[in-house]
Amino acid sequence: MNDPIIRFEHFSFQYHAQAEPTLHDVCLSVRKGEKLLICGPSGCGKSTLAHCINGLIPFSYKGEIGGSLTIAGRESRELGIFEISRTVGTVLQDTDGQFVGLTVAEDIAFALENDCVGEPELHERVRTAAALVGVEDHLSHAPGELSGGQKQRVSLAGILVDDVEVLLFDEPLANLDPATGKQAIELIDEIQKETGAAVIIIEHRLEDVLHRHVDRVVLMNGGRILADTTPDELLAGELLRENGIREPLYITALKYAGVSVTADKRPDHIETIELSEEDQARVRAWFQSVPPAPEKPETPVLLAAEGVRFAYPNGREALAGLSLAVREGELSAVVGTNGAGKSTFCKLLCGFETQQEGTLRFAGQDMAELSIKERADRIGYVMQNPNQMISQTMIFDEVALGLRTRGVPEEEIRRRVEETLKVCGLWPFRSWPVSALSFGQKKRVTIAAILVLEPQIIILDEPTAGQDYRHYTEIMEFLLALNRRGVTVLMVTHDMHLMLEYAGRAIVFSGGRLIADAPCAEILTDETVIRRASLKETSLYTLAQRCGIDDGQAFVQRFIDYEREAVRT
Amino acid sequence: MRPLFNYIDRPSPVHRLTGAAKLVSMLLWTLAAMTTYDTRLLALLAVGGVALFAAARLRIADVSFLFGFILVFMVLNNLLVFLFAPEHGVSIYGTRHVLFSLGGRWVVTKEQLFYHLNLLLKYCAMIPVVMAFICTTQPSEFAASLNRIGVKYTVAYSVALALRYIPDVQRDYHEISQAQQARGIEMSRKESLIKRLKSASAILIPLILSSMDRIEVISNAMELRGFGKNKKRSWYMARPFTAGDVLAMILCALLFAAALILNRLNGGRFYNPFV
Repeated sequence: MNDPIIRFEHFSFQYHAQAEPTLHDVCLSVRKGEKLLICGPSGCGKSTLAHCINGLIPFSYKGEIGGSLTIAGRESRELGIFEISRTVGTVLQDTDGQFVGLTVAEDIAFALENDCVGEPELHERVRTAAALVGVEDHLSHAPGELSGGQKQRVSLAGILVDDVEVLLFDEPLANLDPATGKQAIELIDEIQKETGAAVIIIEHRLEDVLHRHVDRVVLMNGGRILADTTPDELLAGELLRENGIREPLYITALKYAGVSVTADKRPDHIETIELSEEDQARVRAWFQSVPPAPEKPETPVLLAAEGVRFAYPNGREALAGLSLAVREGELSAVVGTNGAGKSTFCKLLCGFETQQEGTLRFAGQDMAELSIKERADRIGYVMQNPNQMISQTMIFDEVALGLRTRGVPEEEIRRRVEETLKVCGLWPFRSWPVSALSFGQKKRVTIAAILVLEPQIIILDEPTAGQDYRHYTEIMEFLLALNRRGVTVLMVTHDMHLMLEYAGRAIVFSGGRLIADAPCAEILTDETVIRRASLKETSLYTLAQRCGIDDGQAFVQRFIDYEREAVRT
Repeated sequence: MRPLFNYIDRPSPVHRLTGAAKLVSMLLWTLAAMTTYDTRLLALLAVGGVALFAAARLRIADVSFLFGFILVFMVLNNLLVFLFAPEHGVSIYGTRHVLFSLGGRWVVTKEQLFYHLNLLLKYCAMIPVVMAFICTTQPSEFAASLNRIGVKYTVAYSVALALRYIPDVQRDYHEISQAQQARGIEMSRKESLIKRLKSASAILIPLILSSMDRIEVISNAMELRGFGKNKKRSWYMARPFTAGDVLAMILCALLFAAALILNRLNGGRFYNPFV
C-alpha cells in the first residue's frame, strides 16, 4: 500500500462566523489511485470537507482548525492554496460560473498562464489536455456555444493540464441532464484509469455515481463520518436511508419485495448484483401482488396549445407546431434537453414572449389579449433560483408583494398572506428576514409569493435542483398537497426520480417539438424517447428484465403505484 | 436584447492587429485628438477615424445603443456651450463676425460656429476609433494588452472579466424583470417616478444577490487554479508584434507628435483662420 496523499486525523473545523464546529473528529485517508465517493445530506459538512481538501479552507474561508490534515505528507495549513492546487485539482459544481476563460483554449490554459508557462509548451499542453477529455475540436468556442457536459469537460481539462495527484469533483451531476451525467461518470472513470490519480467525488446522487465502480463510500452527517466502507456494505445496511440519502431504486424495489440485500450479493450495480432464483421469484410475486392504481377520471382541459410556433429575433426557431393539453388537477413533468423548447414554452404561457403562430388557450379563452400581469393571476411561474426572485427583506413583505401591487386592501393582504404562509409551512418564520432562511426555505418563500395570487396553474422550473433527498421530499410533498387542493402543477425538470415518484405524466420536448406525452413509466422505458430527450433508462426496468418480467413498463408502473399508495400514505 | 457593446467577430485588417498594438495606437490617437484644436488635424483624424471604423467592417447598428447615447451627449454638450458661453469663440479667436441674433445675449458669430465645428470634429475624431478598438479586441486580449503596457495583470484581468460578464448580467436582468412583472411590478412610463424607483429596486436587489453568488464562484475557481500566485503570468492569446502593428503604432505616434508641433506653431491649441 502506498502512503496516503490526503490524511485527516481527528480533524475539526469551525467557521469564524459560526457558533458550532462544522466538522467533528474527522479521520479519513485517501491513497493514490483510489476512487472515493463522499455523500451525505445538505449541511452534513461534505462541502466543507471538500474546501479543506482543496485549500479554500483555511485560506479563503477562515476558521478554527483542530487536529491535522496532511496533503502529500505536509500539513495543509502550512502550505498555501496555490501549493495545494498543485496536488489537488478541483472541478466545481457550477459549470457556467467556473468558466474563467473567454474560450475553451484559454480556460484550459488558465492554470498554466498563472504559472508563466510560455510558448510553445503552453499551446502543446492545452491541446493534450483537451484531447484527453474530447474537446480538442472546440478550442476556439466560447462558453455560450457549449453544452453543460462540454463545459464540465473543459473544467476537467483545466485541471488536467497540471499533473495533479487528486481530482476533486464537487457535485459533478448537479447541473447535468441524466444522460450527460452518466457520460460524466464514465469520463471520470476513464480519466482516472489514464492518469492514476486519486478521485474524490462529493455527491448525494448515489445511484448515478455508482454507475461506474467506486472503491469506498464515505457517509457523512452532522459534520461526522458515519461510515467509510465499500458500496456493497453500505447498500446492504440501513444507514443510507436513516441519513437521508436515496438508495438506488432497484435496491428499494428489492427491499419492497422482501429480498434481503446483503454485501456478498454485490449490490453496487444492477448489472452485477447476484439474484438467486428465489430472489427473482420474490420480485415476480411482489409484482403480481401490487394492484394497479385506479385510473383517474378525466378532467376538463385547462391549458391548451394549438400549432404554436416561436422563433427568437436572431432567427432560431425554438418551438414549431406545438400542440398539447394540460388538464385540470394534473401534476406533470415537462422534460427535454437544454434548448429543446421547455423554457420558451413557459415564457409564452407567462406572456414574456409572444408566439408567431398558433394559439394558447386558458380554460377555453384565447390568451392573446391578456397582459403579463393578467396571466399571472391564472398562471404562476416560479424560477429555478430563488435569489433571482426575492426582492424584499422580510418574508411577510415578499409574499405580500404581488397583492400590494394589485392594490388589494391591507386587511385582506394580511389574511391571505398568513393563510399562504401556513399552507407553505412558513408560519413559524413569518417575522424572520429572508436572509436567515436556507436555500430550500427560500424556495418555499418564492412558491408562497406566487401561490398567494391564487393561480390555477403553477409552473416550477427545476423545483428540486440543489436539494438533498430530505428537502426534495419536503418540497415535493408540499407540491403534492397543493395539487390535492386543486392546483394544477407543471414542473420543468431533469430529475428522473421526480418524474417517477410524483409526476402523473411527462411532456417531452426535443428540438422545439413535442415528441412524447405519456405516463412516466412509459417514457422512462421507451428507448427512442430516452435517447432524444437525454434521459436515462431506469434501473427498475433492468431489474424487471433480470427477474424475467417481460412487461418492464408495467413493473415500473407498479413500483410507482406501490410507493404512492403503500409507502407514502 | 442586444449586448451594450462587445467583441464582433467579423475578420478585418483591424481585427488582425494585436491587442497591445491597438491599445497603444488608440491611446495615442485619442491623445492627439484631445490635445489639439487645430481644425485641419482634427478633420484629418475625424476622416481617418470614420475610415478605420469602416475598415474594421463595423456598422452603426452594431453599436447603436452607445452611438445614440453619445449623439445625445454631443448635441447636449454643444447646446449648453452655446447657452452659457455664446461669446466663447470670440474670446478664443479675438475677432467678432456677427451673422445674426437670436435675441438677448445670444448672438451667432462666425467664431462661435467655428468653435462648435471643432467640438464636433473632436467627437468624430475620437469616438469611431474607440468603438473600433472595443469591437475588434477580445476581452482576454484586451487584458493581455493592458498587462503588456504595464497594468498589473490582476487588475487587467478583472477589467476583462467585468466586460465579459456584462451580457450575462443583462440576461439575468431581463429574466428577473420578467418574473417581477408577472408579480405586478410595473416598469412602464405610466407609473410615477417614485413607484418606478421602487420597482427598480425589486429587480436590482435580486440582480445584485445573484451576481454576488456568481462572483464568489468565479473567484474561488480562479484562486484554485493559481490566479495571483506569481507577479507575472503568460497569456494564451498573446501574439508577437507584426510589421503592421509597428506601422500602426508609428503612425499614431506621428499624429500625436503632429498635434504637439501644431500647438507650438499655432501658439496655442487653436488654429485661427480669422487673422
